[in-house]
Amino acid sequence: MSSTTEREKQAPRPVRRPGDRIFEGLSTSAGILILLTLLGVAIFLTLEGLPGITASADEIGGKTGGKGFFAYVWPLVFGTVWAAVIALLIAVPVAIGVALYISHYAPRRLSATLGYVIDLLAAVPSVVYGLWGLLFLSRELAPFYQWLADNLGFIPFFAGNPSGGVSANSILTASLVLAVMVLPIITAICREIFLQTPRLHEEAALALGATRWEMVRMSVFPYARSGIVSASMLGLGRALGETMAVAMVLSASGIVTFNLIGSTNPSTIAANIALQFPEAFGTFTNVLIATGLVLFVITFAANFAARAIVERRKDFSGAN
Amino acid sequence: MAKSIDVSDLNIYYGDFLAVEGVNITIPAKSVTAFIGPSGCGKSTFLRSLNRMHEVIKGAHVEGKVLVDGTDLYAPDMDPVNVRRLIGMVFQRPNPFPTMSIYDNVLAGQKLNSKKMKKSESDDTVERALRQAGLWAEVKDRLSRPGSGLSGGQQQRLCIARAVAVQPEILLMDEPCSALDPISTSVIEDLIHELKTEYTIVIVTHNMQQAARVSDDTAFFNLAGVGQPGKLVESGRTEKIFSNPDNPATESYIQGRFG
Amino acid sequence: MTTTLQRNPEPDLQSLLHEDQLPTWLPRTLVAGAALITIALVIGTSLSIAQAVLIGWLLTWSLPIASRVVEGGRKAADRTVTLLVASAFGLALIPLGSILALVISRGAPQLNAEFLTYSMRNVVGEGGGIYHALVGTLLVTAAATVISVPIGLFTAIYLVEYGDGNRLSRWITFLVDVMTGIPSIVAGLFAYALFVIFFGEGIRLGIGGAVALAVLMVPIVVRACEEMLKLVPNELREASFALGVPKWRTVVKVVLPTAISGIVTGVTLAIARVIGETAPLLIIAGLTDSVNFNLFSERMTTLPVFTYFSVKFPGVPPEASIDRGWGAALVLIIIVMVLNLIARAVSYFFSPKGER
Repeated sequence: MSSTTEREKQAPRPVRRPGDRIFEGLSTSAGILILLTLLGVAIFLTLEGLPGITASADEIGGKTGGKGFFAYVWPLVFGTVWAAVIALLIAVPVAIGVALYISHYAPRRLSATLGYVIDLLAAVPSVVYGLWGLLFLSRELAPFYQWLADNLGFIPFFAGNPSGGVSANSILTASLVLAVMVLPIITAICREIFLQTPRLHEEAALALGATRWEMVRMSVFPYARSGIVSASMLGLGRALGETMAVAMVLSASGIVTFNLIGSTNPSTIAANIALQFPEAFGTFTNVLIATGLVLFVITFAANFAARAIVERRKDFSGAN
Repeated sequence: MAKSIDVSDLNIYYGDFLAVEGVNITIPAKSVTAFIGPSGCGKSTFLRSLNRMHEVIKGAHVEGKVLVDGTDLYAPDMDPVNVRRLIGMVFQRPNPFPTMSIYDNVLAGQKLNSKKMKKSESDDTVERALRQAGLWAEVKDRLSRPGSGLSGGQQQRLCIARAVAVQPEILLMDEPCSALDPISTSVIEDLIHELKTEYTIVIVTHNMQQAARVSDDTAFFNLAGVGQPGKLVESGRTEKIFSNPDNPATESYIQGRFG
Repeated sequence: MTTTLQRNPEPDLQSLLHEDQLPTWLPRTLVAGAALITIALVIGTSLSIAQAVLIGWLLTWSLPIASRVVEGGRKAADRTVTLLVASAFGLALIPLGSILALVISRGAPQLNAEFLTYSMRNVVGEGGGIYHALVGTLLVTAAATVISVPIGLFTAIYLVEYGDGNRLSRWITFLVDVMTGIPSIVAGLFAYALFVIFFGEGIRLGIGGAVALAVLMVPIVVRACEEMLKLVPNELREASFALGVPKWRTVVKVVLPTAISGIVTGVTLAIARVIGETAPLLIIAGLTDSVNFNLFSERMTTLPVFTYFSVKFPGVPPEASIDRGWGAALVLIIIVMVLNLIARAVSYFFSPKGER
């Protein structure tokens, strides 16, 4: 290495024009500004959140129901993860089906248009989803939930709540709305990966006399498996952080329960902030910011896992 | 106005990797010098080091001297941008700017540097450059059309016009005909004959017949072995290299025994 | 797979190629038939649309069942999957159709001159409009664009033209990825936490909303610009360098003009993405009934926040407020769709000639 540096010293330092120096400086500082912004997000949230984490239950006041920070945030973490996981369980199979339809089943001429139609779902603002979930979907689902409670009540997920019966504004409704919202994200990524399946693998399968489904199973899925996982993780990250749809649809009471259709439901961090923040003051504001920090960490972990899978996939993609 | 080039002990590196080693050559003014050799032997790399285009790639640098009329192109206070204004270049694939008209493409060197020109002056420059590139008759009625609408051969001549419009001393051509059909190739070869009355021309070619047809001098590059740097094996008058080379490797390459 | 190996010594080509097979017209006919029955059920009986569609969908299962009987297991499995995959696509269309139909049918009656040109100042019950929210949305989004486009574009230029895979550029790429995943409400909290330091507790400002949206927008802009700059062929940069053009002029006059249509498309899509954001603006821009043209003082309502409060806290009687919510949602969707269309149109009509 020493010989390299010596050589570079000997080599003439390139003459730099002022224009070049200014322009490179500008673009470098823009990049550094992004680093600083993210650092700022972490620092400012910690700075403003810390008083909320360290404050005793008394200092926080009645807003948390007399609980300290960790007792307050735990049910919210549970609700956040629970709602997102249900949403994902609904969305992923449908998304794979839709992506497969667009990439391998729909007529070639139509597939671009169909992809665009699904992308429209991603363009709908979240507040509109909330509106739809609150004023339409929950009402349509009410009789269905009643049927579930009557017929499948022996399964804990669907037990009618002893006090209030079933509620259409339950966590299942919120998760359904979330599922619709993450569907286009997962679909878009899966579609791209399915389309990248090496044509040779597909033709090899077809040449062996495979039906279309066998071809998909033999060549497309093995190739796309890790891509599907990382797409799901990205969808999870989105579902964890989604605020408005949950805040509008869910009638939350901040408890921990696995019941999907009851009238008392766990809340999520994001929805809780949105509902409480406009009215919050004093230390409670700090508590809410601290819960935001927790949400940031959880979504970061989900996204990080997704990226790590994508990175690893690059080495094994077989696209050569 | 054309200048000669004197290269002494030039080593060219990509990072730590020595790509071309120990080149000594004199390229005479107002003549055509061809670089031939098997692929990967460093002839294009060497060509690109003559106008410091080489160092566009990260980590690339050279040792040694390249003198044009006694001035070292690699002197510490030398600005590569000025070097490239002095020494123009035509690339393997025609690359007119897609966002510009034919007229603007010819004037690209001036326009991109925001040089102020009178309308009559720029009209003159465009006409002269296009005439030199033998393209004037074909495009004079559609100067405002996009340059990418021309045929491949026309695009390459447009690129030559663009290079000569900044009035360089030397013109480097990196396999200028390899992406073209035989008819366009012969048009460009005729053009090279005419251009050498005003410019020093260096051309890299894969095609030995082409080297024999267009060049006055020829330099043969070869690899010493796998993983070894490329070297200048020999150079001299084209007739001599093609009929009676000093080095047996040159002879076997020219007779098509390898490469 | 094994069956093909145990072939008869003298295969009969005709029977091999025309093995038991359902006629090719059958699938289409079956699906069309099921669709007709569904329509008939909706019109002719008291079943709801959902129930009729369910019955129609169940009818299409006759195809894989028939295939199982006639063609055997492998082809039946193939047809089953085909049906499932197509059903998944149909299922995905249901919320889209339902949302659009609902928003248009409930929102369209609200759209009139008063709705678009009046604010909610001193309005109780019926009347009033979304003028203040429109103004707020346009100002906040414009400010967010002004902040994020230069940062995003210059970062992309750094990554493509200068970074060249060095350590800083790999960090930036990684953190842009992280930024893409920041929940919008966290961006709002960040803006709040930032402004609290300078202005004290309870601060609500339009520019704060713009900062929050910019945090969400920057990574999208970086990604889009980076993709587009990478698409510019290296040959053009080299051509420009070889003419003696400095690097910065090459970037400004050759690379950017070549990529401009893609960049405009990406920025427009980024705007469409953040213009519908609610959560961060709820936190930092707040709610007001009056028109506010000043980003740097007082609260500023935006369309999504207006929609949220109209529907979630409608007051008594709720009807007028909920109706205004639908109207605002329709206006918002129209704005987003128009932005999307503009983006497509730009990329379609203004990409460099000769490329397609």
